[in-house]
Amino acid sequence: MGTIGEAVRRRRSALRSGLTGRFLDLGLIVVVAAFLILLATRVLEHGPSFFLQILTFAIANGGIYALIALGYTMVYGIIELINFAHGDVFAFGAFLSASLIPVFGLGEDKPFGVLPALALLGVFVVTMLVCGVLNVSIERIAYRPLRHAPRLAPLITAIGMSFFLEGALFLWKGPSNVHYPNVLPSAGFNLFGAEIGTKEIIVIVTALVLVVALALFVERSRLGKAMRATAQDRDASLLMGIDIDQTIAATFFIGALLAGAGGTMYGLYYNTSVFDLGFSAGLVAFTAAVFGGIGNIYGAAIGGLLIGMIQSFWDGYFESAWTQVVIFAVLILVLVFRPTGILGMRVPEK
Amino acid sequence: MTVQPAAEPILRIDHVTKRFGGLVAVDDVTFDVKRGEIFALIGPNGAGKTTLFNGITGIFPPTTGRVVFQGGEITGSPPHRVAALGIARTFQNIRLFEYMSSLDNVRLGQHCRMHAKLWDSLFKTPAERAEEKRVTDNAIELLKFVGIEKYTHVYARNLPYGSQRRLEIARALATSPALLLLDEPAAGFTPQEKVELMSLVHKIIERGITVFLIEHDMKVVMGVSRRIVVLDHGEKIAEGTPEQVRNDQRVIEAYLGKQH
Repeated sequence: MGTIGEAVRRRRSALRSGLTGRFLDLGLIVVVAAFLILLATRVLEHGPSFFLQILTFAIANGGIYALIALGYTMVYGIIELINFAHGDVFAFGAFLSASLIPVFGLGEDKPFGVLPALALLGVFVVTMLVCGVLNVSIERIAYRPLRHAPRLAPLITAIGMSFFLEGALFLWKGPSNVHYPNVLPSAGFNLFGAEIGTKEIIVIVTALVLVVALALFVERSRLGKAMRATAQDRDASLLMGIDIDQTIAATFFIGALLAGAGGTMYGLYYNTSVFDLGFSAGLVAFTAAVFGGIGNIYGAAIGGLLIGMIQSFWDGYFESAWTQVVIFAVLILVLVFRPTGILGMRVPEK
Repeated sequence: MTVQPAAEPILRIDHVTKRFGGLVAVDDVTFDVKRGEIFALIGPNGAGKTTLFNGITGIFPPTTGRVVFQGGEITGSPPHRVAALGIARTFQNIRLFEYMSSLDNVRLGQHCRMHAKLWDSLFKTPAERAEEKRVTDNAIELLKFVGIEKYTHVYARNLPYGSQRRLEIARALATSPALLLLDEPAAGFTPQEKVELMSLVHKIIERGITVFLIEHDMKVVMGVSRRIVVLDHGEKIAEGTPEQVRNDQRVIEAYLGKQH
C-alpha cells in the first residue's frame, strides 16, 4: 500500500525515533556522568595509591571476563545462539587446570622460575585444547542437529548442556568451594604506594596477548575471513566454497580455547573455584558481551574489561553486597538506552 | 572468438526428482548441458527451476536421480565441495555480503582457491603477500569485467540494484568456475539493462565458462540461448532451439493457458 499518507507517516515516525534515540543517548550519558562524579568523590576520599591498587585489580578482573565474553560473542555472531554452556566450559577449564598442576610438577610454595613457567604454559595449552574439544563436542551433539530448527530449540539444548556440565563438575569436586593451588609468585613491587603483584601482571599480559592474537586471527587468516563471511550470509558462503560446519566448529573451538585460558587464569588469580562458577561468571561475561555489542569481538573485549572494572571499583569503593545488582543494572541501562551495545551492529556506512 | 560447444556434456541431469513431503517440485527431469554453450531453463513461476539449481549445488540434494558434473557424480555433495569442483551460482534474491566492500566480496569468492596457511596469514609472509596481491588484482579485474569498478570500495549494500546483480556475478566468477548458474539474472531489469546483461553473458562464454541460466522472461532467453529446456509443474515439457520451443503446443499452454 504505497499511499502518500502512509509515506508521510513513516517519515514522521522515522524522524521521531531519531530524536528519541538522541534523547536516550543523552540519558545514558547523564547516568554514566552521575556515577563517575559519585565515584570521583570516593576516589578523592581514599587517595591515589588506593585508586591505583583497585585499578590494577580491576584490569586483571576485566581481562578474565573479556576472555569469557569473547566466546559468547563469537558463537552469537556466527549462529545467533547464546551458548549457555560456555560459562561451564570456563569452569571446567578452572577445574581441569587445577588437576593438571600437580601432574606438571607444579605446587604451592615451590620457587618460581623458568622451568615452572614452562610447566605452567603446558597446563595452559592442555587445558585450552581439552576445553576446545569439549566445546566442539557440545556443538556437534547439542547444536548442529538443530541447525535448521527454530531458534528457540538450540537455546533450550544450550541450557540443558549448561546444567549437564554443572552436574558433572558437582560430581567431580562436590558442592563447596575448591582450593586452587597458588603457584604464581606472590612477590610484587610498590608503585606510588600500591602493591602491584606478579599475579596481576601475568593475568593482564596473558589476556592482552590472547585478545590481540584472536583479533589478528579473525582479521587476517582464511578461517577468520570464512567466519566473518559465514556470520553475514551462510548460504552465500557455502557457495563460495566455505565449509560452514567446519567454520562453525572452529568458532566453538577458538571460543573455548579462550574460556580454557580464562578458567586457568581465574584459578591462578583467585585461588578458588566452585562447580557453579560457570553460572555466575558466565552470566557476568555474557552481560559484558551484550554491553560491548553482542556479535562484535572488539565489543566483547571492551565490554569484558569495563564490566570487570565496574565490579572491582564497586567492590573497592562501595558495598560489595550490591555488586551483582549494579552489574545487572548496567545491563538493563545498556539495553534500554543502547540496545545494540557499545559497538554492536552499528556498522559504518561508506 | 566463441568456444564451440563440444560434444561431451559438462553437466548431466539424470532422472532427477525432488519431493518436499507430498509435493513433487521436480519430477523425473533429464537433460544435458554442453560445454561452452549458453543453456537456458525456463518455465512459469513455481515450475521447479530454482529447486533444480538447489539440487545441483547441493543445498537441497535431489530425492532420486543423479547429477553428473564433468564426468563425476556430485549428487548430494555439500555445497562447498560443489563450489570447489567448479560450479558457481548467483541467487534469484541477491545474496551479497552486505557489510563488505565490493572488492572484499569478490576477494572472498576466491576463498576456495587460496592456499595461505595460518602461519602465513598471521605473520604476513612473502608467499601470503603475493597471494593477497594476486587475489586483489584478480578481483579488480573481475569488477572491471562486469563493469562496476567505480564501486570497488563501496559497501555491497549501498550499490544500485543492477550493480549488485553484477557484483554477484563477479563474485561467482571469482570462484573460477567451469559452469556458472545464473538464477534469473535479469529479474527487475529494464529492457536496456537486460540487453547489457546479455552482452555480459556472451563475454563470460568467451572466457571458456559454460553458462546455465534460469529466466522467467522468454524474450530475454530467446536472444542468447541456442538450447532451452522448459519446466512446468516440475516436469520437462520441451527441449530444443528457441524456434522449436516457441512453437511447442505444451509451452504455449503452460505460459498462456489452454485454448478452448
